[in-house]
Amino acid sequence: MTAYIIRRALYAIPILIGVNLLTFALFFVVNSPEEVARLHLGDKQVTQEQVEAWKYERGYHLPLMYNGEAEGAEQFTETIFYTKSVRLFAFDFGNSDSGRNIGHDIRQRMWPSLALAVPSLLLGLLLNTTLALMLAFFRGSYLDVGGVVLCVALMSVSALFYIIGGQYLVGKLLQMVPISGYDTGFEALKFLVLPILISVVYGIGSGTRWYRTLFLEEISKDYVRTARAKGLSEQWVLFRHVLRNALIPILTGVVVLLPLLFMGSLITESFFAIPGLGSYTIDAIQRQDFSIVRAMVFLGTVLYILGLLLTDISYTLADPRVRLN
Amino acid sequence: MWVVLLTDFFLFLLLAGIGLYSVLAYRSEHLRAAWRSVIMRRMGAVSVVVLGFFMGIAILDSVHFHPRLEQPTERATHSNEILSVFDVLVGPMRTQVERTYSAPFAWRSHNKEAMEVEGQVVRGYPRLEYGGAHLQDPERERAGDIAVRVLSGAAQGALVWSALVLLVGGLRRRRAPPPDVAPLPWRWIAATVLALLALIGVAAELVGAYHIFGTDKVGEDVLYQTLKSIRTGVLIGTLTTLIMLPFAIALGTMAGYFRGWVDDVIQYLYTTLNSIPGVLLIAAAILSLHVYMSAHAEDYASLAERADLRLLFLCMILGLTSWTGLCRLLRGEVLKLREQDYIQAAVAFGVPGMRILWRHVLPNVMHIVLITVVLDFSGLVLAEAVLSYVDIGVDPSMNSWGNMINSARLEMSREPVVWWSLAASFVFMFVLVLFANLLADAVRDAFDPRVQ
Repeated sequence: MTAYIIRRALYAIPILIGVNLLTFALFFVVNSPEEVARLHLGDKQVTQEQVEAWKYERGYHLPLMYNGEAEGAEQFTETIFYTKSVRLFAFDFGNSDSGRNIGHDIRQRMWPSLALAVPSLLLGLLLNTTLALMLAFFRGSYLDVGGVVLCVALMSVSALFYIIGGQYLVGKLLQMVPISGYDTGFEALKFLVLPILISVVYGIGSGTRWYRTLFLEEISKDYVRTARAKGLSEQWVLFRHVLRNALIPILTGVVVLLPLLFMGSLITESFFAIPGLGSYTIDAIQRQDFSIVRAMVFLGTVLYILGLLLTDISYTLADPRVRLN
Repeated sequence: MWVVLLTDFFLFLLLAGIGLYSVLAYRSEHLRAAWRSVIMRRMGAVSVVVLGFFMGIAILDSVHFHPRLEQPTERATHSNEILSVFDVLVGPMRTQVERTYSAPFAWRSHNKEAMEVEGQVVRGYPRLEYGGAHLQDPERERAGDIAVRVLSGAAQGALVWSALVLLVGGLRRRRAPPPDVAPLPWRWIAATVLALLALIGVAAELVGAYHIFGTDKVGEDVLYQTLKSIRTGVLIGTLTTLIMLPFAIALGTMAGYFRGWVDDVIQYLYTTLNSIPGVLLIAAAILSLHVYMSAHAEDYASLAERADLRLLFLCMILGLTSWTGLCRLLRGEVLKLREQDYIQAAVAFGVPGMRILWRHVLPNVMHIVLITVVLDFSGLVLAEAVLSYVDIGVDPSMNSWGNMINSARLEMSREPVVWWSLAASFVFMFVLVLFANLLADAVRDAFDPRVQ
């Protein structure tokens, strides 16, 4: 097990290098720092000195990959690739283009993201499993068919409509909660209720339908038939046997998401003005702050790989038949 | 003077591909049977009709040209503007532009303005230039006028429909169907066609006199905008797959079949791409494109061409992030297939690897490709809206549901609320995505051997 984890962690290194090279190519080779500087400073009336000063302040004045003017090892360290990309491996994100420390921002903004994402995930999981189990219990009936059609209809509505509709209905018409904003401590609760509710409702369609398929797959297996043949009641079969076995794919599907919860939800956070990592990313994209986008790409990749590793481990924990090698 | 934009070209290429596939599917017995079982399901048949309707609008909207100038000068005989056949067909919807917001079926403006009545300046709602302009006393006549137009439009639609039914019925009777094949759900197909024709008839009667979904901030007809957005949505849903398919199929089958270092390299490629959160990769790529385009702004002949290039690039980026899933599925399937006897026999006969892939492996994984293509469509249409909201979607000057929702966000906080832009984009997007989802279900049920 330990050997497996170490091997997987080592395997992550070439992937991270690949991601790093890709983002580096996207941001510095496709567009030179010169062009980026001109975009940020505005239009054609910019003097060359201003561009140089902008680049110097943010460390974009260095050569891309190889510095011929420096001595020894500095030929490689005094370059944009080293200062901007390689240092990400030590989780040293540096400063954003507007001069703020990215690492500090991330540590601060992670908490609102988690406060939104964790309850949404847990509530959604509970609700979807319950609904799916109900549909599986009444399989083939009108309730089941109607439920599945409703799920497909719910899936066909864009997330944006759920958010705009929810904000308008609950926030503006009923005036039950503030439309957007955030506060510290327990005051945050009243701002979080609506976004959590909307995230849960948005997930019902795809979640319930997916879990229902898992339950039905499990129901058609031999051990379920055996259990029924023994004379166990349908409820007992569903709750004791089917639910437990179907929970394995459901939970492992959740585990892969766990680390990514840190990244927050892009759309929900920015609509509700929650100062989490999702709105951080969106703001960075809209302000074209490449340093932040690069840092978030790297962080997201690390978390994704971590999620995959956790999934593998959780498989062995949930199902003793699975061995890692 | 005809113009073929880049995305138009790819759409026509796609249509040619679909045509070729239809011929192949018609000739091959089991493909014909599978497709027949898609259409035999009521929901499958209805979705095919509805999606065909949307596709038709997208195609009409993709035939572009420069209109001839009414007073040609020495230097130019054609306008610089690019129109599509669809623009010409909907006529008044495009040209009847009001000054600002107006509600659906309104006859006066949504905003109060200072205007002159009998020599005095009063604040009130001015009459619209086109909407309900033919009415003498709008408050009394409007309801009746609308009812008459709806009825006559629906009647015209029904008339066309009856002619169509008689025509198809006559053709079918001449060719008696084989008795052992289950009949297609003709009633459902006919009912869907009737509903669509009636809606078209009603809309055609109304557009000249009213703005069915109101007008937006600059007075453009909202129904026109949402109909134009169909092309954007359909293009994103289809071109993205068209662009990614060759890569996904080639790499996926090769990785599964050749194994060894080929497999390692391809696996490394798709794991790396897959590890980057999709939205961020798209954002990074679109941001780069944005910088590039603003640095080389003079390279593009017109705004439309620039927007078009951005749309194509968006499809490419979406394709880049979405091919990995299909590639992995194909690799897994081919790993299983290559152990089958018929492949082993081909190897033993000394058939070269590439020919085995093409003749024996590829046809047996095509059902996975087809299911993925249909399943991805609705997700891509939804993704466009979200991406445009984040400003990394299509060009802001292009008609798209994402851009409509984006502007509707501010309209919802106005007082009194402007809801029609949001409602129009909701209805059309919902219908397209819903029927795409239903078709995807039918296709999966018909083609996936595990479901049967």
